[in-house]
Amino acid sequence: MESGMLHIGISHYLTLSAILFTLGIFGIFLNRKNLIVILMSIELMLLSVNINLVAFSSFMNDLAGQVFTMLVLTVAAAEAAIGLAIVVVFYRNRRSIEVDDINQMKG
Amino acid sequence: MIVASLAFYLFSVIAVVSALNVIFQRNPVHSVLWLILTFFNAAGLFVLLGAEFLAMILVVVYVGAVAVLFLFVVMMLDINITVIREGFMKYLPVGAFIGVVLLVELALVFGGWASAPQAEALRLAPTPDIAQISNTEALGRIIYTQYVYVFQAAGLVLLVAMIGSIVLTLRRRPGVRKQDISTQVNRRKEDTVEVVKVPVGKGIA
Repeated sequence: MESGMLHIGISHYLTLSAILFTLGIFGIFLNRKNLIVILMSIELMLLSVNINLVAFSSFMNDLAGQVFTMLVLTVAAAEAAIGLAIVVVFYRNRRSIEVDDINQMKG
Repeated sequence: MIVASLAFYLFSVIAVVSALNVIFQRNPVHSVLWLILTFFNAAGLFVLLGAEFLAMILVVVYVGAVAVLFLFVVMMLDINITVIREGFMKYLPVGAFIGVVLLVELALVFGGWASAPQAEALRLAPTPDIAQISNTEALGRIIYTQYVYVFQAAGLVLLVAMIGSIVLTLRRRPGVRKQDISTQVNRRKEDTVEVVKVPVGKGIA
């Protein structure tokens, strides 16, 4: 398999999704004061997983990966809706969306 | 061929740059807008990979629904932006350390990865010839047959998420004049109407 800068193989896509996944993790650690940006970082990580799945599906000629990507999309949408609903309820009670303020269930 | 390669680099560079902006923006509204740009570029990458149906789904579902949901919530909550940036520098070293460790691990995994020789025979749903069946049609043919239970389960997940978010955010505020039809219909005459004998020439006090 020839691999140059201009021949786009599966490794290019895997690299891109690895970078995006790392950025998602990085965002979770960095934005400790803002729950909404943490949710967005989770969306970034799910997107990178989707890129991985579609890349493998395309390069191995197997459509099952694309079906699985649709399921991941569904779960990501559901997770965003529920997460944002919880954020809204939390903001109503505490007037804040900081991670450090979420300690009411600490024993 | 060269156009496709250049398109890959264009889309992926913009995706990475806008993902960086999602994390580092001061204002959460700007973060959401950069997130939308990331999703658009990922959709472009999906088109390059030949998954055009998923590209359209990504634009419709993410940009049309999820991003707008984020935007509404960000605008609804009155967030103090100066407070949000406070612990940024404190968490930067540990975040960078874990990010680098993860990236190195992923690079090691992907660097040593090779496709098994029998992988070709183990495919679950081999892609049909693109000249005869388009990507959307091929996906539709297996979603409604081979993967129909999984598809239904995805629908159930969405239903539960919808009901859950409605139940979570619904609240009854006191002091709001709101029509309650069941109370109106269930009112009885004895509870509401009082028949009073009025004495002649005196009236009711």
